[in-house]
Amino acid sequence: MVDKTLELFDCGHRACGGCGASLAARLVTKAAGRDAIIVSSTGCMEVFSTPYPETAWKVPWIHSLFENAAAVASGIEASLKKQGRSEKVVIMAGDGATFDIGMICISGAFERGHDFTYICYDNEAYMNTGIQRSGATPYDASTTTSPAGSCSFGNKLPKKDMPRILAAHGAPYVATASIAYPTDLMQKVERAINTKGPCYIQVHAPCCTGWGFEGEQTIAIAKLAIETGLWVNFEMVDGKVTKVKKVVKKPVEDYLTTQKRFRHLFKPKRQDAEIAFIQSIADKNAEKYGIEIKLKKE
Amino acid sequence: MLKITEGSYAVAEAVRLCRPQVISAYPITPQTHIVEALADMVANCQIDAEYITVENELSALSACVGASAAGSRTYSATTSQGLALMFEVCFNAAGMRLPIVMTIANRAMGAPLSIWNDQQDSISLRDSGWLQFYAEDNQEATDLHVIAYRVAEDHSVLLPALVCFDGFILSHTYEPVDMLSQEDVDNYLPKFSPYERLDAADPISFGMYATPDYYLEFRYEIDNAVKRAKDVITKAGKEFGTMFGRDYSALVEGYRLDDAETAIVAMGSICGTAKDAIDEMRDGGKKAGLLKIRVFRPFPSEEIAQALGKVKRVAVLDKNISLGAKGALALEVKDALYGSGIPVKDYILGLGGRDVRKKDIKEIVALLEKGVGDQFYGLRKEVL
Repeated sequence: MVDKTLELFDCGHRACGGCGASLAARLVTKAAGRDAIIVSSTGCMEVFSTPYPETAWKVPWIHSLFENAAAVASGIEASLKKQGRSEKVVIMAGDGATFDIGMICISGAFERGHDFTYICYDNEAYMNTGIQRSGATPYDASTTTSPAGSCSFGNKLPKKDMPRILAAHGAPYVATASIAYPTDLMQKVERAINTKGPCYIQVHAPCCTGWGFEGEQTIAIAKLAIETGLWVNFEMVDGKVTKVKKVVKKPVEDYLTTQKRFRHLFKPKRQDAEIAFIQSIADKNAEKYGIEIKLKKE
Repeated sequence: MLKITEGSYAVAEAVRLCRPQVISAYPITPQTHIVEALADMVANCQIDAEYITVENELSALSACVGASAAGSRTYSATTSQGLALMFEVCFNAAGMRLPIVMTIANRAMGAPLSIWNDQQDSISLRDSGWLQFYAEDNQEATDLHVIAYRVAEDHSVLLPALVCFDGFILSHTYEPVDMLSQEDVDNYLPKFSPYERLDAADPISFGMYATPDYYLEFRYEIDNAVKRAKDVITKAGKEFGTMFGRDYSALVEGYRLDDAETAIVAMGSICGTAKDAIDEMRDGGKKAGLLKIRVFRPFPSEEIAQALGKVKRVAVLDKNISLGAKGALALEVKDALYGSGIPVKDYILGLGGRDVRKKDIKEIVALLEKGVGDQFYGLRKEVL
């Protein structure tokens, strides 16, 4: 059982008000408990939580480089095994560190089958360096390296399907979660750390600064991502989807209009074709995972 | 016990005796025989270690970072391109003060691709905060691993260490090596006792970020630790001598240097060749001697100045080059002798496996006597 009163990610850190990633850190550490060793990649979370000589982490924590968290975690796990110690190893890395620069280390570590839980806090771009696109950036999002302009609608590449890539490595437990559903997130973390072998959880963590919304909207926006089908919360056990968060589906516009990164789709002129294409992404997600609850018509 | 063995196997055997708990490495020529031998020892329960077969060198050293931070004695080995891929992790391991020991079977850097020996790879890591030992022969390569762990893990040092031996020239050569026993090494090398470690019972943060208010002081502390290693090496090397008869207390070692007018300064296996050349030159009445640099980091400036204080001229043999400047060893020897008025000439030689023979050493001494130097030696002008 998760002790929800446990606070292992302390207040006073340097994250923006309304930061989704910091909430993810707080929820993950609650679920992982005092016996977890956290491995961070370089990124927002590492920087806002550990400005020397201060640290927000009340559990053992290490940061080495941007790309090597999975390899560092491999070494920690091997060392603990050799010493007969029972601590759990939990990686907390951003989407750039996970989808892009850390891919080789991650693939190697999952192939080797180390006993750790890899949590990617996914805020869908390189936020620490100033909102550049990553392999996790959604279609048409405007970032500083995929800006919307007179001949561009922003990021033209689809979001990489990391959960399935890692499931294909033989990961026994893969899940997606959202900071908008904290109980679900904590249960998934608890399940992952108690599952032997390399587990992966991708947590949707909206970034008010990078996405362009007011900090008090973080939870509402994370919820809308799920309600529109642009983010799907699911669990995969041994490569098979076993649980999906079902929703009464809303149009993607409800989500897109809340964030400045999609503003160019509505102003100065509404871009119907682009919005329709994003709707088709959500519809495909809905079909693929069977998320939709159809209300009976009166 | 004296045993005729390949350099790589001798090193692997020395590493085994040091009881590393986590080994993480990736194969690369000419380091492969070491990691193969260790894998074989693990497969036959001759060593009680976790052996992580990683997907590249960056992960090899990264896994050592994690394992060392968690409180295990760790080991890796690489060379050349592999070391270059580790570059970022090397600085990181030193900054986090993790006493990882790594063997370098020295090899040239591409391009053009070359699997053969020079010392460009480890020399290029000179600014990273790793201690650097260079072996003349396989006996020294073997012994230096045991000493490296002792020094690196000393709480007044806490730095990673490279033990460098020339690829192929030493790594693939069979020669007699006096092997220590497990009892010997256990008596000499205490169990790894980390100064700090990742531990749920006593949580700390490793690898935080530092603002401009703190970074400079961190670098100062690391530099101090590298310099403090001098005394620790002297003490550890002396004790090794007392226990096993081979004294490694000196960071530099003179050969027929006492009355020498011409001194050669070199590192690694080339020292053996130089000694033979010096013997022959001495037979011909030339007062030549050698100063072998065994420890390149910390750099033994004072020891060099003292050892070379009475010579008339110095030739530095560099199996590396800081392109656009000079060989790295020469730059630092010149710094050590600054103000002495002793002329120091640099000779870049042996790169990418070009053989260096006794006659080359003699020719260099002749060039030095004519005041000709600070140049590549042995260029094949016909292919330029």
